[in-house]
Amino acid sequence: MFDFSIVTQWIDAFLRTYLPEWGALLIEFVLIGVALLLLYALIALALIYGERKICAFFQCRLGPNRVGPLGLFQSVADMVKILIKELIDIKHNDKFLFNLAPYLVILSSMLAFGCLPFGRGLQVIDFNIGVFFIMAVSSIGVLGILLAGWSSNNKFTLVGAMRSGAQMISYELSIGLSMLSVVVFAGTMQTTQLVAAQQSGWFIFTGHIPMLIAFVIYLIAGTAETNRGPFDLPEAESELTAGYHTEYSGIHFGFYYLAEYLNLFIVSGIASLLFLGGWAPLHIGNWTAFNTVMDYIPSVIWFFGKTAVVMFIIMWFKWTFPRLRIDQLLHLEWKYLVPIGFVNLLLVVLITIFNLHF
Amino acid sequence: MPEASAEAGQYPTFAVPPEKLPALAAYLHDDADLQFDNLVALVGNDWGDSLGVVYYLNSVKYNHWVILKTSTTDRENPLLYSISHIWTNALLEEREVYDFFGIRFIGHPDMRRIFLREDWYGYPLRKDYDTSRENNPIPETNEECSDTTVSWSMTPDGKPEKKIVEIFGKDDYIVNIGPQHPATHGVLRFRTALDGEVIKKIDVHCGYIHRGIEKLWEGMTYPQTLHMTDRLDYLSAHQNRHALCMCIEDALQLEVPLRAQYIRTMMDELMRISSHLLFFATMAMDLGALTAFFYGFRERELVLDIFEDTCGARMSLNYNTIGGVMADIHPDFRRKVKELIRIMPDRLKEYHEVFSGNVIARNRLIGVGHLSLEDAVRYNTTGPSGRASGWACDVRKRTPYGVYDKVDFDEVLATEGDSYARYMVRMHEIEQSLRILEQLVDNIPEGDYAVKTKPIIKLPEGRYFKQVEASRGAFGIYLESRGDKTPYRLKVVSPGYALVGAIDHLARGAKIADLIAIGASLDYVVPDIDR
Repeated sequence: MFDFSIVTQWIDAFLRTYLPEWGALLIEFVLIGVALLLLYALIALALIYGERKICAFFQCRLGPNRVGPLGLFQSVADMVKILIKELIDIKHNDKFLFNLAPYLVILSSMLAFGCLPFGRGLQVIDFNIGVFFIMAVSSIGVLGILLAGWSSNNKFTLVGAMRSGAQMISYELSIGLSMLSVVVFAGTMQTTQLVAAQQSGWFIFTGHIPMLIAFVIYLIAGTAETNRGPFDLPEAESELTAGYHTEYSGIHFGFYYLAEYLNLFIVSGIASLLFLGGWAPLHIGNWTAFNTVMDYIPSVIWFFGKTAVVMFIIMWFKWTFPRLRIDQLLHLEWKYLVPIGFVNLLLVVLITIFNLHF
Repeated sequence: MPEASAEAGQYPTFAVPPEKLPALAAYLHDDADLQFDNLVALVGNDWGDSLGVVYYLNSVKYNHWVILKTSTTDRENPLLYSISHIWTNALLEEREVYDFFGIRFIGHPDMRRIFLREDWYGYPLRKDYDTSRENNPIPETNEECSDTTVSWSMTPDGKPEKKIVEIFGKDDYIVNIGPQHPATHGVLRFRTALDGEVIKKIDVHCGYIHRGIEKLWEGMTYPQTLHMTDRLDYLSAHQNRHALCMCIEDALQLEVPLRAQYIRTMMDELMRISSHLLFFATMAMDLGALTAFFYGFRERELVLDIFEDTCGARMSLNYNTIGGVMADIHPDFRRKVKELIRIMPDRLKEYHEVFSGNVIARNRLIGVGHLSLEDAVRYNTTGPSGRASGWACDVRKRTPYGVYDKVDFDEVLATEGDSYARYMVRMHEIEQSLRILEQLVDNIPEGDYAVKTKPIIKLPEGRYFKQVEASRGAFGIYLESRGDKTPYRLKVVSPGYALVGAIDHLARGAKIADLIAIGASLDYVVPDIDR
């Protein structure tokens, strides 16, 4: 399997031969930043197109099919449109916070995005608290949403933001618990080691029942965390018109939109990292021939493939289920998911101590 | 009742002096042998020398009718007594009368205009109303929304007394839902007082799509009046027009050919199916299930295709005429209806799988917006919304018209009275409509599809009232003729107006999200409320 660190190390060595260390690092930072931003935008475009096609398929429609072959350029056109739209200046709001909020949201999702291991050696940062860091930075997003709702000086956005605050902070518990289960099981928080531990078998298989429970909890909480249906109460369009981002226009609205799709990708990416082996190929015990064939598939395809499957499931939720009510949403979290998560954590601890896993 | 003087008419009619009305109304409502517990219509009138109101009362138990009439000759400051403490649906109806005739009701808690702007000058349905532009210039300012309302009472020495009443509490957090809001299904506005997510009170504002159809009608010949009905509740276009045609035919004593009767009945049922499918779709959408939304529209298309073949239109169908229908059915009509009957049961099963059985949908609907049987009658919420509370109010069963007495169908009833019951009643009504269609589609008799009428129709003098079961409830037409070729007063008694009157009662104590579910389950159509 191709190791991308060969390429990155070669670039690093090449730069260092001509430049002092600080110069080489500076250029590398810029390169990585640009690459991530590009990838971020491209994934968002692909996701928007994908979701429109998928939901059209669910709903007996065709979806975009006019702009470009199969409507492929539709989301590009939409992006151009949103870039050239006017940023409408609304009266009687808190200008500073109002303009700051979308950047906080996009910052948090950008930071979490940067930590994902996209392939073997294709990772921006790899340190001992990897998963914890992702968890921490992705929680900054709620701040942006609360600020947006508050600073818009609009009753609908305030209700939306309050819902969102209650929802995201609650569901972070469940995400944390299911992540903790994996961390206990793997014994590490570092992303490379998490993947390495799954080379011989993905956690969802080796950890059997408790891991499966953790995976389901993670999927539900992750859907809630991204504010997608059936948990899209913060922006419930039939109740609050557009929730916390009602007053935003142009690219500031675009940031929320972008962040929502990228959060979907991040949540699915983490799911594939924690439960489905990240970029690790599918290996089954001692089927050597099968394992070798699987190794020929590039690691990047493994990662994006798994992520796509999880994303498809989350999209499937959204287009099938009606929306919950705020009290039902919190009931689900506090009365079901959190207790189950705690019990499950205990189970994971037990099977790890007594070596009951595969 | 010695004070009341009897008059001739469709139903027993009594003219009552205003000050005696509340006592008589209470007697009619409470007496065990009369039990007039349902106020079907409350019609304001300008009879030239006097202004007054006509009340149509019906008894749920005995299904007998009585008409009360009361009037005042004081055109400057007309005062009548409110009966809204007996029949709650009079709350909105009396505001409408005040809005259009300027009659103030003593004892009404909220005597504001409802459709027109608060700064409107004059009362448009009065016969001496000045319609010129100068009287009411196009306003260049936004409408001031007052936080207070007026209530009139009578002092012991017989003098009317005005009292200013606050609509909301001092510290209420008021959110404006509508008129541009995705879930109000049109331009309806709720001023909602919230306590966190919990609704404390709803103040309904109507009139954003008021077109003054009743005023327009007074200048139209009878064939012309028909064209407005499709623009009321556009999802019950056939039934509305059926009601007006029946009312005029009744006044003319015109015999409608049996073929036309069959066609009308079938069209009414197709319309009901299409309306209920749209209801399913929008209900699912309001609750956030967007895929179910498209399923509903997919099947509705089949019904609209049938309409398009025969009526030449999909929305404003213009099909019924006085004495029959506009054109004979299309050659494909029977085949397509049979196709629909064949397809629908499977599709309904699909709906139940994707939406009705869904645990989230059930949690959102069951127990939400409970309406008891007494309240349903008190608020006059007819149609599926009333039947979900156990009120057997189907006009097709109570006073059959068309060929409903020749077909076999069940009146769908539920007892829960919550949003889920309202939803399920409608879904089951689709099945019953299919059953009716199945019995009729092969038995349409040969013959004329319409009788020839005179080019100029003049109705004999009198007061006529006809009801049909429209898609969302009993749709009534009140027609008062003075022997001219234009109606003297033509009023629509629309089911939507009563439904929206009940929304405050239903949504109090519920959450914002429940308001959306309740609104969706009541299935009001705003042009029907505003007219």
